[in-house]
Amino acid sequence: MNTSNTKVMNRFDVTSRLIAKLKHEEAVIGGIGNTNFDLWAAGHRPQNFYMLGSMGLAFPIALGVALAQPDRRVFALEGDGSLLMQLGALSTIATLKPKNLIMIVMDNGIYQITGAQPTPAAHVADLVAIAAGSGLANSAWAADEEDFERLVDEAMSASEPSLIAVRIDDKPGVGTTRRDPVQIRERFMHGLGVREPL
Amino acid sequence: MAIAEQHNSTQAAQASSDNSWHGIVLQTLKRNEISLIPYVPDRVLTPLIKNLHADPFFTTFATAREEEAVGIVSGAWMGGRRGAVLMQTSGFATLANVLASLAVPYQIPLIMFVSERGTLGEFNYGQSLVCRTMRPVLDSLALEHHTITRLDELEFIADRSIKQAVTTQAPVALILNPLLTGGKVFDK
Repeated sequence: MNTSNTKVMNRFDVTSRLIAKLKHEEAVIGGIGNTNFDLWAAGHRPQNFYMLGSMGLAFPIALGVALAQPDRRVFALEGDGSLLMQLGALSTIATLKPKNLIMIVMDNGIYQITGAQPTPAAHVADLVAIAAGSGLANSAWAADEEDFERLVDEAMSASEPSLIAVRIDDKPGVGTTRRDPVQIRERFMHGLGVREPL
Repeated sequence: MAIAEQHNSTQAAQASSDNSWHGIVLQTLKRNEISLIPYVPDRVLTPLIKNLHADPFFTTFATAREEEAVGIVSGAWMGGRRGAVLMQTSGFATLANVLASLAVPYQIPLIMFVSERGTLGEFNYGQSLVCRTMRPVLDSLALEHHTITRLDELEFIADRSIKQAVTTQAPVALILNPLLTGGKVFDK
């Protein structure tokens, strides 16, 4: 992996930095496991959606939200192992070019939650190169926390979809999402202005 | 050879408003404001896919996998836009995980059109086997599904099933049988 110059960061810290930047009710889709645990721990927002399964679908779900609401910025947080399950989605997104979609990959090279087994990509594949090769030209590794924040700022006004990859440590997620799928979905729809509560 | 397959693209475009199975499906989607159509292609679905691409009302595009398409229309639904997924029987066979972990527990009205391979003249043994997994998977999750065999029942079943999916917030699978579409038969 061509990431020798990138700092190893922490998922919860990076997620918290992202959430602190959101001032316009941006949607955030949290992928399975630690990715959405840290999204939850960073402080619940009505525009957050938490996956409780369907590993690999954070980007496709976010793409759907982005196509439905082109005026809203939509973030997706995905782990490296999850992304590996659905690499074809990168090409779909590159073809549709939703400018309001921002993909963030948390890459620790392991399936942390199942016992820290290395992924097949660890040590051999570069996820940013894969994204660029899939047609997502606006893909970059974040060198450190400041660089991550700068890349997020750029993505906020980009005219094409953006992918930001972050090398992270092997720490587990900080919180545990309340596993109530109907309430998660309903509240997310309220947060997006699609529905009013009863 | 299926009647549907004998259309060239011009004929297929003209057929969008007529009484062909794919014309009825397109009009039923439009009438129910279903505008986002990700698909993994199938030979039988080709005239429908062509006409959807030709109609600017629809955002029609291919995905790499069927579960990706399910994720996309699920996100779109939550964002206030309706979609439907087009696939073949073998594509449905890849969906058990996403149905059981996303569409059903989150109560998402996932609308699926499945072109049925594996029966009524199938020439590929693998297709006939994978077809036998489809209804048991649907039944194991108690999902609404209909096998559509007759042109005169298509509009009623599709229109009512879409409305039921939306109002009950539950997925539905509409299986397009070879009796309706002509299916795919052995060719060289």
